[in-house]
Amino acid sequence: MVKLSVDGIEIEVPNGTSVLQAAELAGKEIPRFCYHERLSVAGNCRMCLVEVDKVPKPVASCAWPVANGMVVKTDSPMVRNGRRGVMEFLLINHPLDCPICDQGGECDLQDESMGYGWDRSRFREPKRAVREKDFGPLVKTVMTRCIHCTRCIRFLAEVAGVPQLGATGRGEDMEIDTHIKLALSSELSGNIIDLCPVGALTSKPYAFIARSWELARVDSIDVLDAVGTNISVDSRGPEVLRVLPRINDEVNEEWLADKSRFAIDGLKHRRLDRPWIRRNSKLVPASWDDAFHVIAARLKGLSGEKIGAIAGDLADAESMLALKDLMTALGSRNLDCRQDGARLDASRRDFYLLNTTIAGIEQADAVLILGADPRREAPVLNARIRKRWVAGNFPVGLIGPAVDLTYHAELLGDGPASLARLLAGEHPFAAKLRAAKRPMLILGEAALARADGAAVLAAAWRLAAEFGMLRPDWHGFNVLHTAAARVGALDLGFVPGAGAKDFSAMRAGAVDLLWLLGADEFDAARIPPAVFVVYQGHHGDRGAARADVILPGAAYTEKHGTYVNTEGRAQRGRLAVYPPGEAREDWRILRAFSAVVGHSLPYDDLESLRRRLAAVHPAFARIGSLGAPGCADPTGPAGDPAAVLPTPFSYPIANYYQTDPISRASPTMARCTETFSPRLAQAAE
Amino acid sequence: MLADRDRIFTNLYGQGDWRLAGARQRGDWGGTAAILARGRDALIDEAKASGLRGRGGAGFPTGVKWSFMPKKSDGRPSYLVINADESEPGTCKDRDILRNDPHKLLEGALIAGFAMGAVAAYIYIRGEFYNEAMRLEAAVKECYEAGLLGRNAAGSGYDFDVFVHRGAGAYICGEETGLLESLEGKKGMPRLKPPFPAAVGLYGCPTTVNNVETIAMVPEIMRRGAAWFSALGRPRNSGTKLFCISGHVEKPCNVEEEMGIPLRELIEKHAGGVRGGWDNLLAVIPGGSSVPVIPRAICDTVLMDFDSLKDVQSGLGTAAVIVMDRSTDIIRAIARLSRFYKHESCGQCTPCREGTGWLMRVMNRFVEGRADIEEIDTLDKVTRQIEGHTICALGDAAAWPVQGLIRHFRPVIEERITAFRQRSVRMAAD
Amino acid sequence: MIEKEALESLRVEQFAFDEASEAAIPAILTKYPEGRQASAVLPMLDLAQRQMRRTTGSAWLPVAAMNEVAERLRMPPIRVYEVATFYLMFNRRPIGKFHLQVCTTTPCWLRGSDEVVAACRKSTGIAGWGETSKDGLFTMTEVECLGACVNAPILQVNDDFYEDMDGPATENLLAALRHGDVPPAGSALGRQGSAPADGRTTLLGNGC
Repeated sequence: MVKLSVDGIEIEVPNGTSVLQAAELAGKEIPRFCYHERLSVAGNCRMCLVEVDKVPKPVASCAWPVANGMVVKTDSPMVRNGRRGVMEFLLINHPLDCPICDQGGECDLQDESMGYGWDRSRFREPKRAVREKDFGPLVKTVMTRCIHCTRCIRFLAEVAGVPQLGATGRGEDMEIDTHIKLALSSELSGNIIDLCPVGALTSKPYAFIARSWELARVDSIDVLDAVGTNISVDSRGPEVLRVLPRINDEVNEEWLADKSRFAIDGLKHRRLDRPWIRRNSKLVPASWDDAFHVIAARLKGLSGEKIGAIAGDLADAESMLALKDLMTALGSRNLDCRQDGARLDASRRDFYLLNTTIAGIEQADAVLILGADPRREAPVLNARIRKRWVAGNFPVGLIGPAVDLTYHAELLGDGPASLARLLAGEHPFAAKLRAAKRPMLILGEAALARADGAAVLAAAWRLAAEFGMLRPDWHGFNVLHTAAARVGALDLGFVPGAGAKDFSAMRAGAVDLLWLLGADEFDAARIPPAVFVVYQGHHGDRGAARADVILPGAAYTEKHGTYVNTEGRAQRGRLAVYPPGEAREDWRILRAFSAVVGHSLPYDDLESLRRRLAAVHPAFARIGSLGAPGCADPTGPAGDPAAVLPTPFSYPIANYYQTDPISRASPTMARCTETFSPRLAQAAE
Repeated sequence: MLADRDRIFTNLYGQGDWRLAGARQRGDWGGTAAILARGRDALIDEAKASGLRGRGGAGFPTGVKWSFMPKKSDGRPSYLVINADESEPGTCKDRDILRNDPHKLLEGALIAGFAMGAVAAYIYIRGEFYNEAMRLEAAVKECYEAGLLGRNAAGSGYDFDVFVHRGAGAYICGEETGLLESLEGKKGMPRLKPPFPAAVGLYGCPTTVNNVETIAMVPEIMRRGAAWFSALGRPRNSGTKLFCISGHVEKPCNVEEEMGIPLRELIEKHAGGVRGGWDNLLAVIPGGSSVPVIPRAICDTVLMDFDSLKDVQSGLGTAAVIVMDRSTDIIRAIARLSRFYKHESCGQCTPCREGTGWLMRVMNRFVEGRADIEEIDTLDKVTRQIEGHTICALGDAAAWPVQGLIRHFRPVIEERITAFRQRSVRMAAD
Repeated sequence: MIEKEALESLRVEQFAFDEASEAAIPAILTKYPEGRQASAVLPMLDLAQRQMRRTTGSAWLPVAAMNEVAERLRMPPIRVYEVATFYLMFNRRPIGKFHLQVCTTTPCWLRGSDEVVAACRKSTGIAGWGETSKDGLFTMTEVECLGACVNAPILQVNDDFYEDMDGPATENLLAALRHGDVPPAGSALGRQGSAPADGRTTLLGNGC
């Protein structure tokens, strides 16, 4: 520890702390543009100057290490003059176009200029103009505003691992650029908008849409992957205009994946805003009453065995529980949430969780990735793996088709057979794994969505056991989910009861009435025509197209809902805007319908429903946090590890930008698809 | 005047053979192994005792700098990096060493490298010195062939490699950490200090960066002894120095002289005097473009060493003497330097990136007189907002020439502005 | 400007090191420790530019060459682009056979670099900096201090310094170049290196 004084306040800080961090600990705010806690120190903006006793010149506090007995002044005349000078230099070539700048109102430069700027300029020369860059469909540039802090360059190189931006040229001609007119292909590119301290990088789809002070902000949870990224949803009137990340060091730090940030314009397209009924093979608008009565009529006389329900990837836990309770009341145990047919074993929670936890990845010292492409399946989580890799001494092995994960992964084979070879120590990576103190493996959900899924699960678990990953103090077995709803559904037991029909059976026509709760990730058109399909959801996607009755539900921004992320962390999303038209929050739809069929569900408000949730599974009682770490019981899941097939693994996501009803409805995501996967875009047309 | 026998750079003009044979005749590579046999500490002490200060501009005591290097390796190798990125306007002394006395440099590299425990030296030579680099490479090759470098260098039992690395056109790479960045294959953007290169330098290893002239002086100092060197010049300003005399003199030249030689004597003895006589002298930039200009009155008496020039608010810098006679448009001469610094700013730090362009543009208007008198003070203040607020000294170097101009030639600027105004008024009246 | 050049240079779609360049690469790479290949980026770009001169007559670096260097040194291409646009000696668009690099920094200007510039313009018909003469022989670039100030003014042609220049000397030089003669580099006054023009004032002994 080091003792120093900041503006007369004595503090003690760890060795290696910078003066800037020490000043913050002492409660002193230091202005900064280039410095960012999660990026390397550049020290170039010179705004964070402070005075250090015995140093003749002001020093950049972000880069100056503390020392015992150091006396720091953060508000002396030397400091104020230094910062005023820097501010003047930053502003002489800045266009001062705040009235037409999207950053206006939330701009670091604007804010700091209040403290250190002048009300007039001494600069009589022509201002610099910089040509706009084309960084693709997501990030808009107004490069004349750039103050060359290089945060964007450092983010892409260090955090995202997709080094496409640089500072070309030099001196006052230096420009932030890709040099060859490249669309930024990182799945995390939107974060450079948040990092940009000025209006040089802004959101292209959000350009000129709103002012920050017009927005209502609600804290929520993202559902477009299974990471559970903490977000805030900004809305004006009935429209969601913007999604930004919130800081949660255990989950997403302060990053947000591009799809989660930019797909929100999909919330305005292809919405189901009223009930529909199929009459003479055509869907016609209907009232809620009519819709409910058509379903009730179809249900009449059907035994529970002939009724089934499938929960989709974006469903909230509340509505899934309500649906399960309704099905139970109707006598059905035909439930499933695994639209991909993944042989997830719901019998024990650590069989399907990312047990190491996202933050725990930083404690690991080796990782084996099995049939997963975390870069596309969970970009923010992938950034955490990369962060650990950058820190060094972190061998990464990959079993699956070769893929660029943004860090070096040793390719060990493409299918489950490589597991056996690894177990037999036939690959040098086995030694690395064995030498690790905290090894982990990440099993992609898609690796279980195969005929031999149960065997793959058992084989992966056995490998984890063999390599010392399953210990009371360390749980290195991990399943990486892609659906926000999945873990919650498994926790709730949204899986077939003993002897009941599973997803494939139901899809194949084993039930007469099938209730789809936002289930859009399978080819619903192949459900036999005799099956009566109720689709409850928010988008006119695959499920709705096959439906006999459509019940318009709420998207994640339009309801209060609980989601359990891939780690098993229950988190709460909140209503930011009301569902459009006659659409309603999903659990309320189910509650209302239950009354129509005479099985009124025993909850009239969200609180009582949530009490029931907590009673069903303790995970729902500890919002935001996780259960006990470590592996208490190394006994593996059912399944024969030897029964794996030679088929190579494949990854579930061919096009990162379109994976769910919301992103498929998003014009922005369509533009990304055209830009980054032109062949897929053409095929879709 | 310095006697020829006390001169170190005896082939300064290339009048002799630059090759190993010629160099050996001049005494180079004589008893190198015996020098190394004295041991690291003895060599560092000798360097300290000689009073040798860095010849690249900053004048930091060389022996002290070497002593910052770790005595024992923690597993990382140590490096000597030789700064041959000679680019400071007015300065062209290292070029003569590189092309005419390369063996002095190479022998110095071995001795200095040994003294600081380095495994190798990288000589970073500016890209434009293509022919010089080819000659240096040839000299390195000669050394390897003669067993003077490489394993058991010069029979000393010490293994030492020397590599020549060419730059590609960037003044900022003459800044020691910009040079290291460049040598690592990046843009030459100076690094934040601390950590200093002696702790974290090239490839993250302990590194000392020394100027060509500094290193090339080392063998002779070690051979003749610290006492010989320190007896030359004045206290704290000892030894000999290569001076580059350019601009308005009768016979521009490089010359090795004793530190502390009077400026007037230097110019008149070696460069044939100021064009049109001493009375025709307007001003001198005495240490390369970064140091403030001094007017005739100061030139009359000033001595050419670190402390004397510091006392007159200028500096010895690289000892590049740029002479300007009364025909010189002094505003334009300095404005051209402002353009130089604007052109060479790496762009990293805000004050330098934005400030050097501002200085240049105002200076360009001053050349015409298209400005207000108050702007002289504004400009002076702007230079002080740059100075001391940047990672490296390029910002300071851009500020000082302008400050020197305003300090000594404010009436000239005022006159220019007034004349411009009168012209405009007359034109408006016509 | 930088971007425009890059996009234009993308028209050169391919670049591969030829046999002569390949022969030089090992010696470049062995100068740097294992894992530090990026250090070779300046010499490798220089090598590529020299190959362009040898094979096309114009010493410049298309993006394709930068990509090749990035690939060889396992660097992200953008890091090579940064380097290639930071250092002035890399020409990012085609230049003439003779690259006239005129130093106009103060020491050269004091000694008459304006005359050298005027003579270059007159002889080549080039109007502005960075332009290439109609015959494709000459490109004229304003450069900063070349580090030969006591031999000012300096005109660097490709790799060679022509020193102590003035208007007529410049015109003669360019005329010779146009006729395919490359006069020896060095002082136009014929003086020895950086010694005073009419003879040394020091080192007057027997050539030691």
